[in-house]
Amino acid sequence: MASPRDAMITGIGLVSCLGDGVDAHWASLMREGGCQPVVDHTSFAPWPVHPMTALELDRQIPRRGDQRQMEAWQRIGTYAAGLALDSAGMKGNADLLSRMDMIVAAGGGERDYAVDTAILSALPSAADPGAYLNEHLLSDLRPTLFLAQLSNLLAGNISIVHGVVGSSRTFMGEESAGTDAVRIACARIAAGQGDLFLVGGSYNAQRADVLLHYEMGRLLWKQPFAGVWHRQVQSGGMILGSVGCFLVIESREHAATRGAANLAHIAAIATDRSRRRPGEATAIATHQFDAMRQHLDPSHAAVISGASGAPAATMEEAEFLRDLRLPVRATASAFGHSLEPSFPANLAIAAISLANRRLFPPLEASELETPMAAELRQVLVTSWGHWRGEALAVVEAA
Amino acid sequence: MARSDVDSRGRPVVVVTGTGVLTSLGNGKQDNWRELTAGHSGIRRISRFPVAGLRTTIAGTIDFVPVDELSAPALSQRLAEFVIDEAVDEAAIGSSGDFPGPMFLALPPVEMEWPQRLALAAASGANETVTYDDLLRAAGTGRFARYHERFLFGSVAENLAVRFGTKGSPVATSTACASGATAIQLGVEAIRRGECEAALVIGTDASVNPESLIRFSLLSALSTRNDPPEAAARPFSKDRDGFVMAEGAGALVLESLAHARARGANIIGVIEGCGEMADGFHRTRSSPDGKPITACMQHALDDAGLTPDAIGYINAHGTGTPENDKMEWVGASAVFGERAASIPISSNKSMIGHTLTAAGAVEAIFTLLSLRHGRLPPTINYDTPDPTLPVDCVPNVARDAQVAHAISNSFGFGGQNVCLVVGTP
Repeated sequence: MASPRDAMITGIGLVSCLGDGVDAHWASLMREGGCQPVVDHTSFAPWPVHPMTALELDRQIPRRGDQRQMEAWQRIGTYAAGLALDSAGMKGNADLLSRMDMIVAAGGGERDYAVDTAILSALPSAADPGAYLNEHLLSDLRPTLFLAQLSNLLAGNISIVHGVVGSSRTFMGEESAGTDAVRIACARIAAGQGDLFLVGGSYNAQRADVLLHYEMGRLLWKQPFAGVWHRQVQSGGMILGSVGCFLVIESREHAATRGAANLAHIAAIATDRSRRRPGEATAIATHQFDAMRQHLDPSHAAVISGASGAPAATMEEAEFLRDLRLPVRATASAFGHSLEPSFPANLAIAAISLANRRLFPPLEASELETPMAAELRQVLVTSWGHWRGEALAVVEAA
Repeated sequence: MARSDVDSRGRPVVVVTGTGVLTSLGNGKQDNWRELTAGHSGIRRISRFPVAGLRTTIAGTIDFVPVDELSAPALSQRLAEFVIDEAVDEAAIGSSGDFPGPMFLALPPVEMEWPQRLALAAASGANETVTYDDLLRAAGTGRFARYHERFLFGSVAENLAVRFGTKGSPVATSTACASGATAIQLGVEAIRRGECEAALVIGTDASVNPESLIRFSLLSALSTRNDPPEAAARPFSKDRDGFVMAEGAGALVLESLAHARARGANIIGVIEGCGEMADGFHRTRSSPDGKPITACMQHALDDAGLTPDAIGYINAHGTGTPENDKMEWVGASAVFGERAASIPISSNKSMIGHTLTAAGAVEAIFTLLSLRHGRLPPTINYDTPDPTLPVDCVPNVARDAQVAHAISNSFGFGGQNVCLVVGTP
């Protein structure tokens, strides 16, 4: 039953290798003959990555000075935030923006590779290694790089470029940052602690330093592109993707009052954690699902999975999903795994699909990814972090 | 008259039943309060790493807490463990390793640091020129898997959640130098919406390392008055020249008043209101009109259901940068009018330095202790008043004062502004 405090998605900004904006994503997912993910196999060989589509940054970040103050991850996120505000019909509305609450899921920015490699090469043979490090960091680091790397400066840039200033909070913690950002926005709306939220994040996968981080954990796929489920037949692994996604989430009554179109309804959301001993993530996901299943109509429901491809979690999630007997789509097979914005992006894909009343075709040949002919009315969105964090949401047609 | 369990808007009143604090002044509330009210400084010459060539050679480092394989997240986690132990012990809530509520953690951004990068470079066997390809090759050996976990943004909160048995997904937040106050606000909101009866809130920061220090130095944010170190942090003084980086941690057990009463808990103070307002003017500077800072304080007062007249003390953000102290005065003047010059407003940072991510939590605790003990910590090094900032900064010597309501300000890069109103039980 509709409540004035329902959390409605009224704006979506989404950019990835599949394109710029909601329509480009839907067209790509519905492509005759199947979605064709864009994969860069050469720049970071042997690691494939999904590169960001070319963005006309001037459209959302008009001042070149602002663009120069940001690293790629901030530009992607600020651009996607602008798309979301456009989509919600709020761009430039100072009254709304001044009381809009923002929760950003963020990692950090990339290294200056030239500075790093010069120091790493020369420091071990320097007469005074400590002094050498100090001297070169002081003289070689760009002063503005700090702010371009700093986690909360994606939010800061959105405040500067788009004027979102009601509040600004940044969550950190890979996939969980994205799931908790959405959960807390929805909880605040339900409790009357806010009416209007901008929630999302961004990720730049085209970076040697993030590949280095996940390679240390030996979590990356190092072969030619394959879908998330297919990778598990061998050793599993993640293919990272550059993604930016922001959602405007607002109370049903607030959207109605300002005449905003509802794109979808976040009907339920739960987040949790486990230590990931075998079966623990499944136990949490089952508990989350049991609390939501009474409202689910399986004949019109599907799953958008955030499976990362990282072996243990993805294989356990596959078993969990098999038991649900619903058509599944793992979007990491389409635009890669993107950590912080992965869950917001999957909510966006769910909302787009619901707005079109249909699920897009399977992304790979897998027993989980069955075709769906029935009208789509509900989507379960999963997020099992590559290391920690389990979340589940139900998104419904508005 | 005893407080009602709900506030004027019908929301659960949120109280503090346990606190823990660790700064360069010492480990624990007792040592910190003694040193703070004695006007002592924890700022010293840096001994953790070579300072040759640096413009700033001082900080409030925590050198008395040993940690395996030092890094900012490793020491931040260790400091958090100490202060959580102290806070949970004081609150006498839950049982060991089983805290009955969620965790909100203010944490500095995490990334791999130079010792680890150099270890990878050494392991790669590359001669002369080391590239990221060499590091990647070394990473693929699997010998550095522990770095993957250590330098995730989520692992400090995860490890603390495991150790202390908090419930649900732990939230790690960063709003730059306002982070600690944001974490408190997240906890207050969770209790107010009835999601939990108790929440564990922490701010921790141990990121004094060469690159972090140099990054702030390149933004001209740090004091270069290295000698003597304890005289460098000079909030509100005419000759202030920047903040002093420091490490520390603070933890608070928040509870609904009803829950605290029902279990007979000792109530230390009340988080009466939280306010925030982002500033879209500039990445590191406040709007010249001070409007976001003003609005932030007003929002906190509104949230607390109080008028400016009720406030008897301001625990300043008070970094000692020329910009911050000026804008904080502009904001206070706008909110408090003529009273602004007579409300005591002191800066803990004059003694403990700027504990960055932890500051909002550490200073909220010191504000609670100020109310509880009826004693306001001073602003030390106040020798040369700035005539444009006619503040009563409790100069140099602590002062007895009975205060019922105080505010604690936190402002940060990226237009972050958070203000808390705290009160006596």
